Amino acid sequence: MTTSIDVSLGQVAAALALVALAAAISFWRRTDLERDIVVATVRSFIQLTAIGYAIKLIFEADTIWLVIALLSVMVLFGALTARSRAKKVPGAFWPLLIGLAIAAASTLGLVVALGIFEATPRYLVPVGGMMIGNAMTASAVALNRLGDEVTDSRAAIEATLALGATAREAAAPFVRRALRSGTIALIDSTKTTGLIFFPGTMVGMLLAGAEPTDAVRLQLILLYALLGSTAIAALVATGLAYRNFFTPAQQLREVDDLH
Amino acid sequence: MLFELRDVSLTRGGRQVLDSVSAEIHPGATAVVGPSGSGKSTLLRLLNRLADPDAGSISYRDRPLADHDPLKLRREVSLVPQLPALLEGTVASNLGYAANLAGRELELGRCLRLAGLAEEFAERDVAKLSVGEQQRAMLARALAQGPDVLLLDEPTAALDHDARDAIEATLAELRRELEISLILVSHDPEQARRLAERAVRLKSGRVVACGALEEALA
Repeated sequence: MTTSIDVSLGQVAAALALVALAAAISFWRRTDLERDIVVATVRSFIQLTAIGYAIKLIFEADTIWLVIALLSVMVLFGALTARSRAKKVPGAFWPLLIGLAIAAASTLGLVVALGIFEATPRYLVPVGGMMIGNAMTASAVALNRLGDEVTDSRAAIEATLALGATAREAAAPFVRRALRSGTIALIDSTKTTGLIFFPGTMVGMLLAGAEPTDAVRLQLILLYALLGSTAIAALVATGLAYRNFFTPAQQLREVDDLH
Repeated sequence: MLFELRDVSLTRGGRQVLDSVSAEIHPGATAVVGPSGSGKSTLLRLLNRLADPDAGSISYRDRPLADHDPLKLRREVSLVPQLPALLEGTVASNLGYAANLAGRELELGRCLRLAGLAEEFAERDVAKLSVGEQQRAMLARALAQGPDVLLLDEPTAALDHDARDAIEATLAELRRELEISLILVSHDPEQARRLAERAVRLKSGRVVACGALEEALA
């Protein structure tokens, strides 16, 4: 499975032609996204180049502590990014941080414990990054939906609380819908993988010259691990975050008390 | 004494909703009357601890409200909100949910009858009921918990004239059949006269009058 591929900066620069095409389409159709396209292109170049060098250093140092430090930083930035998409949820940062940390630790721990990957930087860094990135998206979508659901359903939640239901019971249908919306996207894309699109890892391995069967097997392992990590992150984040809408006396907090 | 409020104040969004409210609410039927925005619904929500006051004290059956477990209190002092908000499912599943929370056996037929609904409503999807029927289903759901006190927030505000008369007849019948106290929020003094013996009159978050009906509404 060991392969190597040389990519020059010139080849990367040539790919910018497609970015120019995207910007031209935006300009032509007046979608007003040219600036965002440029920002996204520059940021992706700087961030990926920086992380490339960081990973190179970590691989060379070959110590588990640097891996843990890098993944912790990813979890922190993941929680901060997801929080910005969950503005209606009070105190969303900690549920997101805990959800991402548990998702990353449990899925990585499991794939190592099951002997799927070795506990070395070469496996833990890229796999951990994928787990955290996808878990971040899933928990951000879930909390965004939770915020909308609770905001739009205050009357129904209060009516259930008025019957003597606990906050957990009153919020249950909305937490369930939020969890579903956080995890459904990956489940749907997993259903159609290989039919409608080729996932990134498999494409990367094929381009790098790996055997197609090896590429498929590795991709399957990652897809299954991703299903686990997104479900865990969304479950933990929604399970902790809904509590912030309620007081200890099982009252729904007033809107002006929430932020 | 059912409820006693002493100097109760509450501010929401920078607005003083209740301002040093003091009132005594006795067993029986009490109307809380006043114009829109006078703090009637907020007062009702304080009585089963859906909200707590910023200042002042409230007692229920001579014990501070804060000493009551809010979950038990809400099953004993049941609030029916102004707008129907049932759970997805059938009328029967809503009643079953409420009875289960209160740890009671569901007397489905009796609760429906008391709320003025025919038994065939039991399996109806709540999303397909009229507003009046949903309001009755809310009442039946509250009754499924066997409450001692019913807090009714403008129970007929969303209804037409005929539906209003029918709900009022149901409430009068309910009081004849059950030993239950009603605390009814209404903007309509005539409705208070038809349904209550005592009244608390609010204006701009303050108590203007409290006591026997005619005295309080004069």
